[in-house]
Amino acid sequence: MRVPLPSDDWIADPRRGGLALLALVLVVLPIFLPNRFYYDVAIHAGLAAIAVVGLNLLIGYAGQISLGHAGFFGLGAYGSAVLTGTHGWPPLLALLASALVVAVLAFLVGRPILRLRGHYLAMATLGMGLLIFMVITNERTVTGGPDGMAVPALDIFGFSLSGRNKQAWYALVALCLLLAVWLALNLIDSPVGRALRALHGSEVAARVGGVDVAEYKLIIFVISAVYASVAGSLSAHYGGFITPDAVGFLHSIELVTMVVLGGMASTYGAVVGAAVLVALPQFLTAFHDYEQVMLGAILIVCMIFLRRGLLPSAIDLIRARRP
Amino acid sequence: MSEFLQFLFSGLTVGAVYAMVALGFTIIYNASEVINFAQGEFVMIGGMSSVFLLSAGVPLPLAMLAAVVIAVGIGLALHALAIEPARGASVVTLIIITIGASILLRGLAQVVFDRQFHSLPAFSGDVPITIAGAALLPQTLWVLGGALVIVLALGWFFTRTLTGKAVMATAHNRLAAQLVGVNVRFVLMLSFGLSAGIGAIAGVLVTPITLTSYDVGTMLALKGFAAAILGGLGSAAGAVLGGLLVGIAEAMGAGYVSSEYKDAIAFVIILLVLFFLPRGLLGGKAAERV
Repeated sequence: MRVPLPSDDWIADPRRGGLALLALVLVVLPIFLPNRFYYDVAIHAGLAAIAVVGLNLLIGYAGQISLGHAGFFGLGAYGSAVLTGTHGWPPLLALLASALVVAVLAFLVGRPILRLRGHYLAMATLGMGLLIFMVITNERTVTGGPDGMAVPALDIFGFSLSGRNKQAWYALVALCLLLAVWLALNLIDSPVGRALRALHGSEVAARVGGVDVAEYKLIIFVISAVYASVAGSLSAHYGGFITPDAVGFLHSIELVTMVVLGGMASTYGAVVGAAVLVALPQFLTAFHDYEQVMLGAILIVCMIFLRRGLLPSAIDLIRARRP
Repeated sequence: MSEFLQFLFSGLTVGAVYAMVALGFTIIYNASEVINFAQGEFVMIGGMSSVFLLSAGVPLPLAMLAAVVIAVGIGLALHALAIEPARGASVVTLIIITIGASILLRGLAQVVFDRQFHSLPAFSGDVPITIAGAALLPQTLWVLGGALVIVLALGWFFTRTLTGKAVMATAHNRLAAQLVGVNVRFVLMLSFGLSAGIGAIAGVLVTPITLTSYDVGTMLALKGFAAAILGGLGSAAGAVLGGLLVGIAEAMGAGYVSSEYKDAIAFVIILLVLFFLPRGLLGGKAAERV
């Protein structure tokens, strides 16, 4: 006989149970990480997850596609690299300044771009991403061009965190990820979130219901850009070196694939999608050449057979099993 | 003057390719309201397949023909395996599917072929023809001629044949076409095959001039899309006009402003058109705006 959990509602509430579960997983995970290589994979997955949680707000909740989010990721990364490396700013200040610049840029670009829908929005964001990529690749004197540039270690209030210190980085990324998820969940449950879901369902109905559609889309576009920028800044410090690959079209598609794979409109799904897609190529190195093939196949297969993504489908399966 | 003429020639050459990509977009969009983000990959497949068939010892004309057949096969497979099963899905879903197809094809090309740049020998030599001080490559004439033949053939097909008229009918109103007995599924299949074929022909014709590699498709798709909406999405004549204009704008921008940022011009055109001229030059369907 199954005793009903007294705290069923508490567990089901993503903002309390879900967050506690994620925290638990993040605390327990290091026990199962046998060496530095596994730590490295986990850290990369966590960094990607931060960007994907943000992108999921835009794609999953607001229903707006962006094929240029690596552009924001790259601006954050290069912003931190240039400000700390070339100009000697403190890394934390550089991270915040880059995020601010990205927010302003997303605001200015988003206003006209988000008036577009569907194919037009997809192409416009794709073009925007390519444009950022072009600038970063061509302005060699600032960014080092296609060869990339070195990034100093992250340094928080006097503690220097080099990328070699895996445990410390793991803790930092885990904390940032928790914070990112918590903020996203709160946003989804706020009036902004409700408005977003309304406009995902039907823009016309949302507008009739008094939702300022353009305004909310813009807010979420800016927020998701800032998520990507912060993830980019952290990645740059962790890796210690960045190249324009981080800004490229393929990276944008990777981010979208993570959203789609994990499950659109599922914040924890975004984390799962990021973890799976980062870990998979690391453990299937024999298939290295097939990485793009795999990305493409995942996108197509998910959209045809698993439209809700891994996590929501898995949860449905578990729920259906329970009497 | 000769400088201007030189830029014009190179603009017309790449413009003809953008026009053919834009035609591919238009044909599929009219039949199914899908924007096929993998449109540029057909150009890449056409170019890369003929390069590798040629190096495997197949004579050039046969290699080109085979490359087009391969691309058409892939176009049909794309429709059957990825578009048809997702019928009735939302626009965002279809965008993600065709983006997935584009990455998949890029990835396959990288494995089946390689990651190098390749060229084909020009069809009728490399001796440029000099016109008013500007050099015109004979291959340019092949590209322009090929584009012209395709446009004329499509015009004839859509207005003079029953199958072509069935495609037009489907484009106007799918349900009505179905009611008068048009096999809409066949029309969709045909339009994917057709636009894959056109893309591949463009790839074959232009490879001797611009080179090709596994990843040229994305940029071509972006520029072809810019061309299609500049002309007016859904209008075939608009696609051709838009393609030539985007090509010329790009060549002039590269020549007079900055060659490093020439690829940005198509993007700027997309934004300007979407904001100020949503119906395009020849008035296609209006860009959806909020």
